[in-house]
Amino acid sequence: MPNFFRVAWLVMRKDLTIEARSWEMVSTTLFFAVSCVLVFSFAFVRAGQPVEGAAAGILWIAVAFSGTLALGPTFDRERHHDALRGLLLAPVERSAIFFGKFLGVVLLMTAVEVVVAVLVALLFQAPLAAHAWWVAALLMLGNVGFAAVGTLFAAMLVRTRSRSVLLPILLYPITLPALIAGVMGTSALLQAEPNLDLARLWAAMLLCFDAVFTTLALWTFEPVMTE
Amino acid sequence: MPASSASSFDFDSVTVSGVSRHYGRRRALSGVSLTLRAGELVGLLGPNGAGKSTLLGLLATLIQPSRGTVLYGDQPPSAAGVALRARLGFLPHDLQLYAELTARENLEFFGGLHGFHDPAGRAAAALERAGLADRADDPVQGFSRGMRQRLALERTLLHHPRLVLLDEPFTGLDEASGRALAARLQTLGREQRIVLLATHDMEAVEGLLDRVLVLREGRLTELPARDAPLRERYRAALAR
Repeated sequence: MPNFFRVAWLVMRKDLTIEARSWEMVSTTLFFAVSCVLVFSFAFVRAGQPVEGAAAGILWIAVAFSGTLALGPTFDRERHHDALRGLLLAPVERSAIFFGKFLGVVLLMTAVEVVVAVLVALLFQAPLAAHAWWVAALLMLGNVGFAAVGTLFAAMLVRTRSRSVLLPILLYPITLPALIAGVMGTSALLQAEPNLDLARLWAAMLLCFDAVFTTLALWTFEPVMTE
Repeated sequence: MPASSASSFDFDSVTVSGVSRHYGRRRALSGVSLTLRAGELVGLLGPNGAGKSTLLGLLATLIQPSRGTVLYGDQPPSAAGVALRARLGFLPHDLQLYAELTARENLEFFGGLHGFHDPAGRAAAALERAGLADRADDPVQGFSRGMRQRLALERTLLHHPRLVLLDEPFTGLDEASGRALAARLQTLGREQRIVLLATHDMEAVEGLLDRVLVLREGRLTELPARDAPLRERYRAALAR
């Protein structure tokens, strides 16, 4: 039987192949995220000067909302032609299936975040490049926590009719600490005098969030998927 | 031997004892008991909503019984674990194929999940058997129902499962493909597989099955031995 990481790789590669052919998730998430940043730029940039502290919030709002759009189709695709049951019948650890789906969402969100971060830096004159590694680390940590919780909830809701309504209702209360930590950490980096210690503290909080919720998601995926 | 049989778990019978399955207040299966043995081709008939798909899903370990037990050999699914799934093949009505992937990609993906050393070679052989070698690199969404059915059957049998569960396998097949499937089922029987086949197509399975079970309102009965055409025996069972 294939090992955990081999299965995760196969599932992720399959999802990315389907995405490369349909462009369903990339196009909707990217279009939404770019529109979101553009609309906010008209509201929060006056006479060429952005409202102080707005950039971090807008960056993370765009990431969270577009990430939610990406999560829906992740398991919806498995519902078509009952492919999910085919996956669950494979002689593999079901947590590896979760991990593959999760990695696919993380990769997709990362691609969207690169575009959004560049747009925010340009439109809001945010010095993201000055601390690019820290910004990337915060985004990646937030991304992992958000995707872990979101992928699990998307799996839980796959058999419910009102999943598109329920997903954000369940997702946002749980991921709010991660989003706040992301906003606070990014704000600390975008101040006139960047506060690296504060950014480090929020990054550590995000790391704890990721560790707890990724472990929980891996642990609970199998019972969640059993009818 | 298939790569998946590297797992040591195997069985030569499946025993269902007093299994019930409820969905809320609705009872899909009620006190079902049966034994399936290696080499047997067993038919499962019944009107729509009788519980056939639930029984197949339950034997495929995808659905948990509300009451009763299912044993594979002498092992419950919880004891056999992941290795049991390497010995199960399930062809549901919805076929479980990815429409955006090609026929080859579908087979290679599932072959990979079964841990084959050569999923590409295994997929190529399966495509030949399905008569789809010339359409191997076309996305499945362009296939007719019959072509999908043939592909899904190969996906189901790719890992040489001991227990083969087929839900309406003759759907969409033309006459030649139907005959080929019937011959394939007989081969599976000779290979000591356990085959349980749910169908409404009684002409297609006439004379093919060793035993025929009928599910009605969640209750299971067995049709008498071949003393009349299958359709007549089935109608008589429903009229009782």
